[in-house]
Amino acid sequence: MTKVAFTNRRLNHLIYVIRENPVTLLAFSLFTLIILLALVGPSIAPHDPIKTNATNALEPPSLSYLFGTDHLGRDVFSRVIVATRLDLGIAFSAVAISFCVGCALGGAAGFWGGWTNRVIGRISDAIMAFPLFVLAMGIVAALGNAIENIIYATAIINLPFYIRVSRAETSIRRNIGYVDAARLSGSGNLRILFTQILPNILPPLMVQVSLNMGWAILNAAGLSFIGLGVRPPNAEWGIMVAEGSNYIISGEWWLVIFPGAALMLAVFCFNLLGDGLRDIVDPLRRT
Amino acid sequence: MTPKLFQITGRLAQAIPSVLVVIILSFILTRMLPGDPAVYFAGDMADKESIEQMRRSLGLDRSWLEQFYIYIINLIEGDWGISLTTGQPVTDELLARLPASLELTIFGLILSIAAAVPLGIAAANHKDSWIDHFCRILVTAGVSLPIFFTGLFLVYIFYFLLGWAPSPIGRIDILVLSPPPVTGFYTIDSLLANESETFFASLAQLILPAATLGLFALAPIARMTRSAMLGALKSDYVRTARASGLSRKKILLTYALQNSALPIFTTLGMVFSFLLGANVLVEKVFSWPGVGLYAIEALIASDYAAVQGFVLTMALLFVFVNLTIDIILTLIDPRVGFDD
Repeated sequence: MTKVAFTNRRLNHLIYVIRENPVTLLAFSLFTLIILLALVGPSIAPHDPIKTNATNALEPPSLSYLFGTDHLGRDVFSRVIVATRLDLGIAFSAVAISFCVGCALGGAAGFWGGWTNRVIGRISDAIMAFPLFVLAMGIVAALGNAIENIIYATAIINLPFYIRVSRAETSIRRNIGYVDAARLSGSGNLRILFTQILPNILPPLMVQVSLNMGWAILNAAGLSFIGLGVRPPNAEWGIMVAEGSNYIISGEWWLVIFPGAALMLAVFCFNLLGDGLRDIVDPLRRT
Repeated sequence: MTPKLFQITGRLAQAIPSVLVVIILSFILTRMLPGDPAVYFAGDMADKESIEQMRRSLGLDRSWLEQFYIYIINLIEGDWGISLTTGQPVTDELLARLPASLELTIFGLILSIAAAVPLGIAAANHKDSWIDHFCRILVTAGVSLPIFFTGLFLVYIFYFLLGWAPSPIGRIDILVLSPPPVTGFYTIDSLLANESETFFASLAQLILPAATLGLFALAPIARMTRSAMLGALKSDYVRTARASGLSRKKILLTYALQNSALPIFTTLGMVFSFLLGANVLVEKVFSWPGVGLYAIEALIASDYAAVQGFVLTMALLFVFVNLTIDIILTLIDPRVGFDD
């Protein structure tokens, strides 16, 4: 009975937030579209994304080639659609790694305090001592130029944000009533962390995930723009912009603008979604 | 010792662990290299003997602690290794290219401050007006724009469509001689040498890449200015100033802005960290011959010493900038020195 009432209240609050802020609804629809494209992209693309056709290279946008063709005659529209999966895949994996590792480290630091907190704090400070994109370049150089290393590099430079949030959220909860109750009823530390603290710090962390996702996409695309990770002829937004950049000074704008716009829309969508989620999770911090 | 001087010395001491952390991490990065670093640094053509020699010269046959000690000594002596692609010492290459990057970054930062601070002030002063909404849109768009995309977009509009900007390659038109080097900043050097043609040629090349960086840095600065100003305008001292009948301009620029200076300056440190990374992408777009372009070429060629030198330089520069900002903050903060 109370549970139903509670769910209803949550739902009403959600409807209220969306009605107050139609931009969040827009972001949510965009998010659905992007996920859909990532899932079924390769099967709905009108042309083969890596099949070259020298006879119709650098065609401007037309009905048969909505976004035009690139210097090798490949369909830009199909490539933009197919690239969604790789771009999101890199960003999702990187954020997932940062989330899991960052939560574990931050949770431990906030829960146990003391030297655990100090050591983990130092690790986080050490990463933040570098300009983050530059550090990512250094990590890729050290690990080798491959897609998985782009993911690890992006994950490492995002770690401090997760450590910070989860440490702060855990440390204010470690002596709260329900944690004491769980301890009295005989739960061990790990059990308390997983069953009592984790579910409660999840909402603020999800906001962080969404805000971070846009940044992770930008970062990974930036790395592949300078020629790291993704190799041609694979379709990826960053590398498509890089390939098109040679043609912008002669006016073939569609090579750069469409993949660039896709990148921008994806990042924009995650940023708006993050703001919207924050409104739902934490109404006090609304701007 | 006055409290301010005391604080500044304390802050200088705090920079030492940051520098140490940077050096330790970059040491770990070198040791993470896949395979045997000796084989790697000796090159493809190396035989067994030269690999062994490289191992000894890199100190890889010693303990980790000894290796770290040698690493630090080499860094201090300016021996950052030899670039594989050019055969030149990495420090020389980096020092030759650093002015180009600094000129770009500093010019971009000045452009963005010049646009973002007035925008943030106006947005806070007229909250919920069209200018506030404009500021909000710009801030949200600013964090979503991939910087290399902004750069190429500006090139398309201002070079290809309008023809206002010169061809987006390098620091100066190939037909114009570069000015005699003093500071390494082409704009300043040409002014010093009194060559107005060179000055305008280098300025014309500089504007688009600097504007790209500026657009990127605009968002965080404008957002922080707006929120700091909003906080200041709500405060008791501004209400008192209003009640005493001070002019609007005086309240805004003297009372509110001076009190907002601290958070704005703090944001600048963070923005600078982003700019050092963004610089790499902008240099690639505009073929700007700075350290970023050098690092990209080194990365593609797996020229490890060069990349490591670049990462270290950027990190040390970042530590230095944060230190400078903190010292400026100590100097301009009127509260420091009154407490004790």
